[in-house]
Amino acid sequence: MTNPAFDLSTPRQYQRSAVSELAQETGALTRRLFVQLQRRPSTLVAGILQPLIWLVLFGALFSRAPEGLLPGGMSYGRFLGAGVIVFTAFSGALNAGLPVMFDREFGFLNRLLVAPLRSRSSIVLASVIYITTLSLVQSLAIMITASLLGYGWPGAAGLVLVMVTLLLLVFAVTALSLGLAFALPGHIELIAVIFVANLPLLFASTALAPLSYMPPWLGWLAALNPLTFAIEPIRAAYSGPLDLSSVLLEAPYGDVTGTTCLLVLSLLTAGLFLLIRPLLNRKLA
Amino acid sequence: MSLIELDHLVKSYGMVPALTDLSLAVPKGCLYGFLGPNGAGKTTTLRILATLLSPDRGRVMVAGVDALQNPRQVRQILGYVAQEVAIDKILTGRELLALQGDLYHLPRTDRNQRIDDLIQRLSMGDWIDRRCGTYSGGMRRRLDLAAGLLHSPRLLVLDEPTVGLDLESRAVIWDVLQDLRDQGTTILLSSHYLEEVEALAERMAIIDAGRVIAEGSPEELKCALGGDRVTLRVREFSNQIEAEKVRELLDAVEGVRRIVINKVQGHSLNLVVDGDHVLPRLKQRLGESDLPVFSLAQSRPSLDDVYLQATGRTLMDAELAVVGERDPKQERRQSMR
Repeated sequence: MTNPAFDLSTPRQYQRSAVSELAQETGALTRRLFVQLQRRPSTLVAGILQPLIWLVLFGALFSRAPEGLLPGGMSYGRFLGAGVIVFTAFSGALNAGLPVMFDREFGFLNRLLVAPLRSRSSIVLASVIYITTLSLVQSLAIMITASLLGYGWPGAAGLVLVMVTLLLLVFAVTALSLGLAFALPGHIELIAVIFVANLPLLFASTALAPLSYMPPWLGWLAALNPLTFAIEPIRAAYSGPLDLSSVLLEAPYGDVTGTTCLLVLSLLTAGLFLLIRPLLNRKLA
Repeated sequence: MSLIELDHLVKSYGMVPALTDLSLAVPKGCLYGFLGPNGAGKTTTLRILATLLSPDRGRVMVAGVDALQNPRQVRQILGYVAQEVAIDKILTGRELLALQGDLYHLPRTDRNQRIDDLIQRLSMGDWIDRRCGTYSGGMRRRLDLAAGLLHSPRLLVLDEPTVGLDLESRAVIWDVLQDLRDQGTTILLSSHYLEEVEALAERMAIIDAGRVIAEGSPEELKCALGGDRVTLRVREFSNQIEAEKVRELLDAVEGVRRIVINKVQGHSLNLVVDGDHVLPRLKQRLGESDLPVFSLAQSRPSLDDVYLQATGRTLMDAELAVVGERDPKQERRQSMR
């Protein structure tokens, strides 16, 4: 027993770089999520149908809203479009934690934790890639439908702004949802939180009505709601030439420009990832 | 040389102790049985070994590597087949194995070759391209075993691999385990089936209430008990009074160490005797008292006797006792990790 550790150093036939191993494990985990989606597409379908129903019904409900109610004399359908796009991405990302939660409950996560993963961030990364793709596809479907309904289409530069804004929001909400998937005891609790968070966040934002239409207390809530910071830049991208330095929101606490919106979203994303990191480290260590 | 060395492991879930002071050494290339009733700490020990759990105190060495310091190195050489079969119902068996191969960073061609070999070895050909959700319990277990073996681990850890399985699946799994052992894989297998440990294991440890209470080869453990077992029935169904009478009668026979009346089996008498030579004396004594002999069977001590000797209760009694003692809240927390 001179050097018991020697046993382990029998050269593995396949010694490869950390990057290629990381890519292999993340790729496999991501592929699994997409195979699941392909065989059970109901989440994708529901994720597109629900906002479509919002768009059509709500758009019709308020189509006769008095002129001048909306800033710049915008039609309600066009106003609503931005809100529904953001809501689609948001609710899609809010579900990011569910597959992870089920893996925890069914013991599948243990299979991943027993494996010599290069980094357990692969598990989180796979979820982020999957949910981001899904949310963006859903949002694009809504954008195309909205344009068919005559609610407009952002230009090329506008489209980039829409995508960047959505990406930031999806990252932030995915981080939150994954954090919850590790912090909450089971999927029942996670679904309850998702259920409770979903609609109030929509109503207490500028998705369905402008700030000027709200009582002051609700206006405050809406002006602090992260969804609002995603909705306003997208609405701006729809309504003409892009100018991030222009004021998009006259909040009770002051004017908010496009740049501020994106900054707030970036900070939120960074903050949430930092917040869940210790949690993930503890649960995945 | 020991491949696994567990030193004085202590682990509790909140206030509930799981391991009190568990030490174990498993020699390289050995098929090692880990026997104990439910709740004795088997799963906790194996989860610690599989780097899923950290002990509160103690040391875990696998192939000379400290599993608490370098868990990833240990994961590379260890295959773990958990008690609850963790499969993805939506994937086919082959897809699950491919995923597993990628998690262990096998190159694609090696991986596919290895998958084909395992499918054949575990007779899963008809099922492998169907979704796991359609599998029977036995097929799930086989798939789980295949996943654990995919990266050709030097150490295979199985947590009650044949609980509730059909006989065919059990036979397939036993057969594969014996082959692996012959090829030099070290196997640690927990079970609460005595006959499984007896049939497979070269060495074994009996664990109760979070510590090892007996260790050795099954043969050694049985021999250490000494004496032969005799089961005597004066008639097929006797009664307590008659059984007491017979016990009194035979207690005096030279070479009889102990007599227990088994009420459950028609008041038969279980005797521990010094050896073969005591049997004629028993018959003679019974004849002198004009008592009939319905059956008289002699056997070597079984592992159940070993367990009884070590813990003062039979394995089945221990299983029943444990059901009342559990804390559901703690268990949920434990299971949700």
